Amino acid sequence: MDLQTLSLLVVGATFALYIGIAIWARAGGTSDFYVAGKGINPIANGMATAADWMSAASFISMAGLIAFLGYSGAAYLMGWTGGYVLMALLLAPYLRKFGKFTVPQFIGDRFYSQTARIIAVISLLVISITYVIGQMRGVGIAFSNILNVDLTIGLISGMVIVFFYAVLGGMKGITYTQIAQYCVMIFAYTVPAIFISLQLTGVALPQIGLGSTLADDRYLLDALDQTLIDLGFNAYTALGGMSLLNMFLLTVALMIGTAGLPHVIVRFFTVPRIRDARKSAGWALVFIAILYTTAPAVGAMAMWNFLNTVQPGEVGSPEGNVLLEERPDWMERWERTGLLQFEDKNEDGRIQYYNDRNPEFAAMAEEQYGWQGNEVIRVDRDIMVLANPEIAGLPNWVIALVAAGGIAAALSTAAGLLLAISSAISHDLLKGVIAPKISEKTELWAARISMAAAILLAGYLGLNPPGFAAEVVALAFGLAAASLFPTLMMGIFFKNMNKQGAIVGMLVGLLSTLVYIFLFKGWFFLPGTNVLPDTPDGWILGINPSSFGTIGAILNFASAILVAKVTAPPPAHIQELVESVRVPRAG
Amino acid sequence: MSQEEQRSLYWKTNLRIIAGCLIVWALVSLVLGILLAIPLNHFSIGGYPLGFWIAQQGAIYTFLIIIFFYAWRMNRLDRQYDVDEQ
Repeated sequence: MDLQTLSLLVVGATFALYIGIAIWARAGGTSDFYVAGKGINPIANGMATAADWMSAASFISMAGLIAFLGYSGAAYLMGWTGGYVLMALLLAPYLRKFGKFTVPQFIGDRFYSQTARIIAVISLLVISITYVIGQMRGVGIAFSNILNVDLTIGLISGMVIVFFYAVLGGMKGITYTQIAQYCVMIFAYTVPAIFISLQLTGVALPQIGLGSTLADDRYLLDALDQTLIDLGFNAYTALGGMSLLNMFLLTVALMIGTAGLPHVIVRFFTVPRIRDARKSAGWALVFIAILYTTAPAVGAMAMWNFLNTVQPGEVGSPEGNVLLEERPDWMERWERTGLLQFEDKNEDGRIQYYNDRNPEFAAMAEEQYGWQGNEVIRVDRDIMVLANPEIAGLPNWVIALVAAGGIAAALSTAAGLLLAISSAISHDLLKGVIAPKISEKTELWAARISMAAAILLAGYLGLNPPGFAAEVVALAFGLAAASLFPTLMMGIFFKNMNKQGAIVGMLVGLLSTLVYIFLFKGWFFLPGTNVLPDTPDGWILGINPSSFGTIGAILNFASAILVAKVTAPPPAHIQELVESVRVPRAG
Repeated sequence: MSQEEQRSLYWKTNLRIIAGCLIVWALVSLVLGILLAIPLNHFSIGGYPLGFWIAQQGAIYTFLIIIFFYAWRMNRLDRQYDVDEQ
């Protein structure tokens, strides 16, 4: 069977599975729809959280990001997992004890203020909508680059599937589909990784393989360091791509941002008890760690394979590089998607890949080797995962599986985000602010209609992605770190935090982060409107806009505490609410 | 002890446990994994330079241990102060 048919069959089978689950797990009421009736087993919730959390970016892009950043890629690995410690220790058990449906609802009740609730809704909408655009792109990449299906058809079929289980089942349908999607995703990620690790090092576990030796008895990481240095790059295990300060700030921003993402926090509202919420965060991280500890091996091994394909012989010898005509089939296949491009600049019929931005090395290479510049003019980092099975020479069904895994990763995250968006609209804005008197049945219908509208919006944005799609992901994490996390944490841990403090803190965090990003990326991302150049020299104190969430969070804490000190403390019933949230069994 | 004092002692103990966990969390990831990673790379675990291993593998395993330890410790504390869910 050819690759195309096989891939479509595998993806079709997973879609049929998701629809089956949707019909089985319909929502009976608003509690089912918003928090799956608070009846999800903690291990099952951990698995669903992992699928919810691991997006197209984790599945398709992260290993490639690490491959090109080397050691510094750890900012993403630690940032995106370390946030779960903050969530498990500082938020999840207390918000579960509070026992309502949404994150803005907690902020509104705790700070006895509709204004606070509305600011939280606005943060939630900005964070979740920007995030959903990335997922729609992921669905598109999987369909158009792996399956060779038209982007529009791929996106629409993805949207129809999500529509089915999200509108029918709400959180309940989404949770059970996410469990299935986690299984598809993790199988698709680890199978090629195990095969590649076996081929290179003879060790099946990629986590061990990365620290093992190659066939020639050199350690894989030593050999990779050496080859990269020979080609004028930084060593793989050395700091690269960012300063130590920015790596530190980026890691912290991603950690706090992860803990403040509303679509993940709300997953801990779905378990029956407080102790389940504590444990469930651990299980979520177990399932996430399986992929996140495999990714560094996938990145390094894909980089090693890539370098050795281009440079099979000694660096600098005339026959050291691969002949353009003899390059492997997978390269030609990926050139057709535009993700990989070569240009034979010195017309020697061979491909040279080296760091021509390193002036010393470039001058030496030109003089001694006759190289006229880096000839791999485009290598999209997503290739490192997408082409992995082909590079390792794995059978077609594995390639089909990677496509299904990428789609599962994107759809599961999209569904979680869409639920956060629709419940903020139906529960926080409609039921909470505009029309508090509507019946549960009307609210459920409103939730379904806003879910459908959110899906249409996401689909539209997926088909017409704004040019700044990649930039706004940094914005989502920065805003979550600067606005929601500090406010939630102070709501639980600072009994005297009042409404004025919370509102000022959220606004200061939100606006300072937005302004700092806009200063370098342009106002509302309009090209050419940036005030300062977006380069390490232009950044204030050398702080990258993506890392600013850490500073925004500090500003939020500081201004909130200052304002709370000079204004009246919260009323007695609010202080009692805080007391009750802190203790598992209490009125 | 009155119920109020009990509650306040329960909360203080909880804060101490959280502080301990977060110190380990920050020490492993931010200090060993980032600030001291380059000097730590002079040591190695198998073929992994130590700083690199902590940043790309070890920190994640540490996070897991912290979360499960906290869940276990808090369940014990809940029973000790008789505030656990029935």
